[in-house]
Amino acid sequence: MKEVKIMKVINEMSMSFLSRSSNESFARGAISSFIAQLDPTIDELADIKTAISEAVTNCIVHAYNNGIGTIYITSKIFDNGKVSIKIRDKGCGIEDIAQAMEPLFTTAGGERAGLGFAVMQSFMDKLKVISKKGKGTTITMEKNIIRRPIRNE
Amino acid sequence: MGVKIISQDNVMIASLDGEIDHHTAKDIRENIDFEVNMRHPKLLILDFAKIQFMDSSGIGLIMGRYKIMKTLSGKLKVTNASAYMNKIIRLSGLGALGVLDEGSENYEGHK
Ligand SMILES: Nc1ncnc2c1ncn2[C@@H]1O[C@H](COP(=O)(O)OP(=O)(O)OP(=O)(O)O)[C@@H](O)[C@H]1O
Ligand SMILES: [Mg+2]
Repeated sequence: MKEVKIMKVINEMSMSFLSRSSNESFARGAISSFIAQLDPTIDELADIKTAISEAVTNCIVHAYNNGIGTIYITSKIFDNGKVSIKIRDKGCGIEDIAQAMEPLFTTAGGERAGLGFAVMQSFMDKLKVISKKGKGTTITMEKNIIRRPIRNE
Repeated sequence: MGVKIISQDNVMIASLDGEIDHHTAKDIRENIDFEVNMRHPKLLILDFAKIQFMDSSGIGLIMGRYKIMKTLSGKLKVTNASAYMNKIIRLSGLGALGVLDEGSENYEGHK
């Protein structure tokens, strides 16, 4: 009989902070410190930091439209090396998720490229978007950190 | 985050230092645009050699300067983008605008 593998959460963290743009670097720094225990490569860490920066910036720029709201992040580490990151806002929500996720689509114009979702999608292994107009948006992303042999036991 | 801008003849080089995100992009943009509007260079070079982090705000920054240089009938070049930055640049299709210098394009080719 085939063994069924159930992934176990081995660590978890949560935090919330105000939608101030100075918290963009705080958020990606905090999560990368948390994930450091998996000994990710520089490239893996850069991918995750960039994806977090995209999601958090979207909360600040779009969800709360540069006003002040709260951003909630939960991150979990699983026993197989998978990391999940959930980023939630209680902002304006997304009317048409499929359209929002199209590369180069933006409702902001000007200095925004419309690439945030494309970056999250290509830098992470999984991306899920749940949104309700007027209620808010939850982005869940996953990445598998490649296990490497432990040096210097 | 810092921007160092030097101009000679019709060429302006903006050397960026640190991290580019939505928070830092505003200052960088304002610094560059101020100089560009004052001097109207024919060529603006954004030097990314000292950039340690960039998200899609960096693409917005490049695209915005590309448009400004176009209205001034000038050109924009991006130089010294790392392999990591090229991953984002590739998603944007900016390469097709011919703004990447040869060094970056070769680098991309080796990846
Ligand atoms: N948390 C959110 N709340 C409300 N709307 C959002 C949210 N995230 C994204 N959107 C909508 O989806 C669109 C696309 O988002 P995406 O991040 O791909 O591009 P962008 O933010 O417009 O530009 P860039 O990320 O390149 O600066 C946004 O323009 C916005 O309309
Ligand atoms: Mg975005």
